[in-house]
Amino acid sequence: MKARPVLVLGVLALLATGSAIAEVYARHQGRQLFMELTRVEAERDELNVEYGRLKLEQATWAEANRVEQIARNDLGMGFPTARDSVVVHR
Amino acid sequence: MIGLRPGARPPLPEAAPAPGRGATRMPSQALRAATLRRRVQMLALVLVLGAGALVARAFDLQVVRKSFYQEQGEARFLRELVIPVSRGTITDRNGEPLAVSTPVESIWAHPAELLTARTRLPDLARVLGTDAKDLESRLEERVGREFYFLKRHLSPDQAAEVLALGLPGINTLREYRRFYPSGEITAHVLGTTNTDDRGHEGLELAFDDWLTGKPGAKRVIKDRLGHVVEDVELVRESQPGRDLRLSIDRRVQYLAYRELKAAMAENGASSGSMVILDVPTGEVLAMVNWPSYNPNARAGGEISARRNRAVTDLIEPGSVAKAFTVAAALESGKFKAETLIDTNPGTFEVAGHLVRDVRNHGVVDLTGLLQESSNVGAAKLALQLSNEHLYDIFHRFGFGQTTGSGFPGEAAGVLAPPKSWGILAKVTASYGYGFSGTPLQIAQAYAAVANGGRLRAPTFVAGAPGRDNALLDPGIARAVLGMLESVVTAHGTAPKAAVANYRVAGKTGTSRKAVAGGYQSRYVSVFAGAVPASQPRLVGVVVIDDPRGKVYYGGLVAAPVFGKVMPGALRLLNVAPDRLEVQYAGVPQPEPPALDDMPVEAESVEPFADAGATP
Repeated sequence: MKARPVLVLGVLALLATGSAIAEVYARHQGRQLFMELTRVEAERDELNVEYGRLKLEQATWAEANRVEQIARNDLGMGFPTARDSVVVHR
Repeated sequence: MIGLRPGARPPLPEAAPAPGRGATRMPSQALRAATLRRRVQMLALVLVLGAGALVARAFDLQVVRKSFYQEQGEARFLRELVIPVSRGTITDRNGEPLAVSTPVESIWAHPAELLTARTRLPDLARVLGTDAKDLESRLEERVGREFYFLKRHLSPDQAAEVLALGLPGINTLREYRRFYPSGEITAHVLGTTNTDDRGHEGLELAFDDWLTGKPGAKRVIKDRLGHVVEDVELVRESQPGRDLRLSIDRRVQYLAYRELKAAMAENGASSGSMVILDVPTGEVLAMVNWPSYNPNARAGGEISARRNRAVTDLIEPGSVAKAFTVAAALESGKFKAETLIDTNPGTFEVAGHLVRDVRNHGVVDLTGLLQESSNVGAAKLALQLSNEHLYDIFHRFGFGQTTGSGFPGEAAGVLAPPKSWGILAKVTASYGYGFSGTPLQIAQAYAAVANGGRLRAPTFVAGAPGRDNALLDPGIARAVLGMLESVVTAHGTAPKAAVANYRVAGKTGTSRKAVAGGYQSRYVSVFAGAVPASQPRLVGVVVIDDPRGKVYYGGLVAAPVFGKVMPGALRLLNVAPDRLEVQYAGVPQPEPPALDDMPVEAESVEPFADAGATP
């Protein structure tokens, strides 16, 4: 008769303690994961930045005027004239 | 609420027996016990009161005023930080970048804190490239504030140099800056962004919401100096800006710009524009203007050079409009392609004004009218048409209303309602005076003719064709297109618009510029054309304003630009040739005659013979 409530109380206390520890653990883990996320995001941003810079650099090198100058002056290239082109029928 | 005041002493128990009283004289066991009990009771009372006070205070702090203290505490170390996002990239139709945002560092300071290191300000000024005195006075002015931009948009290397000085109260903020690798070639179409990376002009402005991301927010713990100690949680996820793929083809754009610029220099013109549309979809493949500016340099340059003239500047279309007059004439049923019109003797009096051709073209059919660009012929067609009909044809082809391209600041042009037209207004409208349109509107109208009479609103976005409305009988559209082919021949006004191996249909225009009180001897040279004429893929419009060279006719100034840009554009876009006299594999081909030797017919340009008169 008297042992029962004590048992229930003990179990509840144990559960409460367990839940408290779990809560602390979950928070800790959440923080760890958030730090990891922040780190990975920063890495992603850096890579994106690098990618953007490279794209910009590529576009600058591939600027039509520059390509044309090199093709014409350095490589002696030119547009094919009507005389050079042939029509191929399929 | 009772609180235990710090420093308040617990009251002394009154039980301490005072010397010289009866209790000391007659000490007895019972009395002693009673005294002790009272003392213990008093002590217990004090302890209970003290504990009660503590509990009450704890209750006050933890429950009653909890939110207040929590807020105050967090306000001292928790900060919400904005997570910056980059603006979306703008690419051309093939994915080549046209506008890219790349991060830069902005230096900001806490003025009061920075001023504690006053002696080192000259070092900072040197790195920032500013004047030390000026810097100090600027800081002092803002000493009450917590945030002041010292310099924005430094390269990461420069920012690192500033931080290396180790001055107090200095921080960096990552921001984004826009770069335009194609520079002046795409400057007008793209527009620019402001310092905060928001759209300011052009398509950057039109698609600002699409390109701009949503900055996120995170909560961090910061120390007294503002350094982030720990990231706590994500408040709002950031959403980077979306990319935008334009209908522009960078290569075609470059060709158009190069040739337009060359034509500007050659003719000493004040400005010019070229628009190339993809006929089936209405996509803008190229839109260039001269003068242009470098969008990567934030300041400088003339304001007028920043205008996208192809959509903002209005011109009277001049003879280019005759194609629509002829279409209206065919629609009316009163004329057929073969109908002969007597333009003798090259002048024609209407309502007391003289309509004049450059020379007497004699008797011409509608093809000849367009080929030789006869004002008299167009005037005679107009007299047979109602005001409403002529108005309607221009209105249907988009004059007097914006194209719906969505370009900021697009001009609608002026097309007065037909009720207000007198006979003279009708006649002058038939050869393109008295109403106005933008180069883009003219391109749109010619694309509609080239597209079998179906008008499609031009669009700047790849793969998003605009609405398409049938507004002209396909047979009539085809007939007009056929007539326009005669213009780009040795006998027409625009042999220089010819493209080897392709059939070209087009029309020249040269209009005198209207000024207050009449027309002056300044001209706008126009050419509008479609290629390949058998199944048009491209429509190009060239407008050259105020050519100051020896020639000013559209056929000599504007048409050659078309003739130089289109071969490259057709090749880049893999459009099959449709004029196959120039031939098969292995057969030697005759060199086409040099264009410069071809006779070029002058065309009619005057609104009236007495050019000073108001229309």
